[in-house]
Amino acid sequence: MNCTEHESGTRIPIRGALKTLATARSQNALVITNQGTSRVWPLIAEHPLDFHFNPSTMGGSVPFGVGVALAQPDREVIALTGDGSLLMSLGSLVTVVAAGCANLTIILTDNNIYDVTGGQKTAASSLSVDYAMLAKSVGFETVATFDDSASWDAGVEEFLQAPGPRLAWLRVDPALPDDMKTVQEPMADQLTRIRQAM
Amino acid sequence: MLISGDEIVSILTELGVTHVVWIPDSSLGDWEVALEASPHLELIRVCREGEAWPLAAGLLVGGKRPLLMMQTTGLFESGDALRNIVFDLDLPIVTIVGARNWLNANSQDTAKTFAEPILQAWKIAYQIVATSDDKPQMTEWLRECLTENKPGIVLLAE
Repeated sequence: MNCTEHESGTRIPIRGALKTLATARSQNALVITNQGTSRVWPLIAEHPLDFHFNPSTMGGSVPFGVGVALAQPDREVIALTGDGSLLMSLGSLVTVVAAGCANLTIILTDNNIYDVTGGQKTAASSLSVDYAMLAKSVGFETVATFDDSASWDAGVEEFLQAPGPRLAWLRVDPALPDDMKTVQEPMADQLTRIRQAM
Repeated sequence: MLISGDEIVSILTELGVTHVVWIPDSSLGDWEVALEASPHLELIRVCREGEAWPLAAGLLVGGKRPLLMMQTTGLFESGDALRNIVFDLDLPIVTIVGARNWLNANSQDTAKTFAEPILQAWKIAYQIVATSDDKPQMTEWLRECLTENKPGIVLLAE
């Protein structure tokens, strides 16, 4: 898929971005949310194969996804990560490809800030880091950039059916403050649920 | 190295380990050829030790039996990931940690100095393997952790 150039001021509302993904995801796919998305996703979707990885170490969702993808090669695994989290573990992009995880999709929700801590800038906030170029250089089979809701809504299904590993770079708005207050299902209950569902 | 590559592959195979997630040091690195050649083990290379813990967690949740390998320095670096996976998620990850300069009595290496205090601070059970006589204990410790689903570390003297 082709990458598009970013335009300023055209970010995707995070709730809408996640709702589109929740609608398009395979019923067999494990979806791993993390940090900000782990607070927002439960407000818009509920599925036995949703894993809200929070509390988590930042940057943990992609390697966790690699582990599940390797353990269950016939299952699609979708790992969501924010830009702040991905910056904590950029090397995990290399690990994905080196491990041969063709059944892994990374959804990068890039709001250009640390959302869960109050909106501070990241080290990359003032730069023009091209995550699509990074993923392409590492060897991701499919890399796509989505700057607006219309292109994401129209392109998500084709993206998810393209060869993996895949990375979609979504430029999103920060979450609403109230959305960050979501109380999550206890971790032990989540792990029991997804193990039963898998 | 106290244990050869063929020996460690034999031990891990017998214990049913499916994946070794690692960043080697100069001692553990001697095992690379044997680990890679084993038809029973999948060797997963990560870029940073902090990745290794959640990756092993994903393998475990997905139904596999992983084991981590890293040096003491990597253990220190990945402390928050250990905390999250072993304590927040309560997942029994088992790890072999190469203890840098442990066998060098005169070493002032701070990686040696802090190895045990750090493990004690993290409240994770460990077994020191410092001589050939310790090898049977190591195998039994790994067996205990893996079969009883409890986290544990082998501190392998280097």
